[in-house]
Amino acid sequence: MADNAPEQDRNLAGQRPWDGRELPDARGHFDRLGGKFVPEALYAALAELEEAYEKALVDPDFGAELNDLRANYAGRPTPLTEAKRFSVHCGNARIVFKREDLNHTGSHKINNVLGQALLTRRMGKKRVIAETGAGQHGVATATAAALMGLECRIYMGKVDTDRQALNVARMQLLGAEVIAVESGSATLKDAMNEAMREWVATVDETHYLIGTVAGPHPFPKIVREFQRVISTEARQQFLDTYGRLPDAVCACVGGGSNALGSFADFIPDASVALYGYEAGGDGVETGRHAASINGGSVGVLHGTRTYLLQDEDGQTLESHSISAGLDYPGVGPEHSYLHDAGRATYEPVTDAEAMEAFRLLTQTEGLMPAIESAHAVAGAMRLGRRLAQTDPDARPLIMVTLSGRGDKDVRTAIRWFGLTGEVDATQGGDPVELPADRAAHAEPRPEEL
Amino acid sequence: MTAPGNCTPIFDRAAAEERAVFIGYLPVGYPTVPGSLDAMRALVDPGDGPGADIVEIGIPYSDPMMDGATIQRAATRALERGVRVRDVLAATEAVAAAGATPCVMSYWNLIEQYGCDAFARDFANAGGAGVITPDLTPDEADEWTPATDAHGVDRIYLVAPSSTDDRIKLTADAARGWLYATAVMGVTGARDTTSEAGHVLTQRIRRISPDTRVGIGLGVSDGAQAAEIGAYADAVIVGSALVRTLIDADDTGRPDDLTALRALTSDLARGVRAR
Repeated sequence: MADNAPEQDRNLAGQRPWDGRELPDARGHFDRLGGKFVPEALYAALAELEEAYEKALVDPDFGAELNDLRANYAGRPTPLTEAKRFSVHCGNARIVFKREDLNHTGSHKINNVLGQALLTRRMGKKRVIAETGAGQHGVATATAAALMGLECRIYMGKVDTDRQALNVARMQLLGAEVIAVESGSATLKDAMNEAMREWVATVDETHYLIGTVAGPHPFPKIVREFQRVISTEARQQFLDTYGRLPDAVCACVGGGSNALGSFADFIPDASVALYGYEAGGDGVETGRHAASINGGSVGVLHGTRTYLLQDEDGQTLESHSISAGLDYPGVGPEHSYLHDAGRATYEPVTDAEAMEAFRLLTQTEGLMPAIESAHAVAGAMRLGRRLAQTDPDARPLIMVTLSGRGDKDVRTAIRWFGLTGEVDATQGGDPVELPADRAAHAEPRPEEL
Repeated sequence: MTAPGNCTPIFDRAAAEERAVFIGYLPVGYPTVPGSLDAMRALVDPGDGPGADIVEIGIPYSDPMMDGATIQRAATRALERGVRVRDVLAATEAVAAAGATPCVMSYWNLIEQYGCDAFARDFANAGGAGVITPDLTPDEADEWTPATDAHGVDRIYLVAPSSTDDRIKLTADAARGWLYATAVMGVTGARDTTSEAGHVLTQRIRRISPDTRVGIGLGVSDGAQAAEIGAYADAVIVGSALVRTLIDADDTGRPDDLTALRALTSDLARGVRAR
């Protein structure tokens, strides 16, 4: 079981100074993984970013500004929510959600974006580009750009612009230019290729605001540190609320930024098991999935050495997931390292399992998770049931990061569950829609005046 | 300085002739594997005079970070049509047999999956001279350096206008044969005008590493530009403009028509001799 001793030396969430960790090494390596596999043209920009980050790290003004934005703009700290009705479906486990869905812009993505936008300003650059899958990182980037007066261009796969139309509109309303990428599989991977290529050409005035713990060093480290706030807060909240640490932390993994943020401060806590849930799509055995660790092998993609989906020649294979945000054939190198080191366990969750968890959580708790997060929810259900078989008397405490909310995924859910979006009036009761004649004469309610 | 390598003799010969080396890029597998070998032979011998001295054989890759739309399009089609990494060995043999020096341009993962040492060995056995790695710099070359040393393959790294003096020195010291200098900040693609940045970068490299041979690439599309660059650089590298002739032929239903490729090759070969 967990270490039950509260640690008084840790400050409250948001007040603890954020700092670096021993890995990656100075070259950006996590043992054999990570690194910088990029055109020479980008070296200067990566060095500039690393220098800006290291200087910011020791600048109290930077920390103060970031903490202020976290508290008063993003809405941190996010709460823990224990899901009692949902927990019934999870063996004997008590499921506690870390509510990153309550952040401004609806996901954990704002944590990283605020930090990198501040770095952009420190580097004197006026423009950011970003890639996005589900659009949450794009919306967060467009939001921070609006806040800080930066020009913003977002690359998004054409397939993703179709399935995430709501987020495309949000980015456009925020003043960002959205580029639909049609090359390759027209998903997140190709958006990242296109953003990389633009960065090579515009690196003098542009910061490439990478949204996950992938890409060349120092991005995996910087994004991890900006997302570390999730576990820093959660760790203290568990000690305050439950008097102990959770037995397990569960998070979904595409590139893996919410997962690494959720894991980071728990990594030294040997009693806390770490679980990352990859997008299993139709099932890893079908070949139609996005489970890079479970169904891939080590290679180099997008500037880093990590697990990825590839054929025997090293050509990247197309990934598949119902979740646009997890539909990426690679994973951050630190996750690959945690897998190799045996510190974290990575399991695939299929589209069907994720959607069943989506339905169950929505209907038992009134929490509609992003489909990305639903993968972690499904994984936690599986874990809870498994633990109950092992020890029927245990009541394990499981933290699940709800990385984002499901508003953006309603269209996908409508299709998956075969909903029509129309009300069934044949079973009695009053139809919700007003008849035309009544509607025309309806009195406006006060708030509409 | 960059150590002498397999490509050094062709640079020496061009220098003796007071001209620049002409390096032409074509991807293996486009329009087809046999068709690409024919195109490379035409690039070496266009029929009415000299052609390319070095053929830069591109291996198509699913995620090309440094390629613009033209080369990416050809590479994507080549992959759809079934090109494999091992096809580069047949292309290497074809180029060597045609009398030019074969180099390969490959993104790193393809070499890593083939096996670093095995790739250097097989490529050298096929008559290959050097390997250009757009996303591998000396910083990550822990395995590549011994493999290329063991099999006598040139390691050709890129430098860019954004490279610091320290990085130019580090890269030049780690390379064998020559350095690939990107004339613009950006990806491959023919441009109407050449950039002054190429000239400035060449001067910087010469100052930092006087004996290093410098090839200038990115954006060169015709003989006039080749002459302009050949006036200051040791080699002129042309890719997208050549690939474009193959795409145009493919698009018009005559994928085997190399007329435009031959004409452009002759124009470029004259350009590097017109300094």
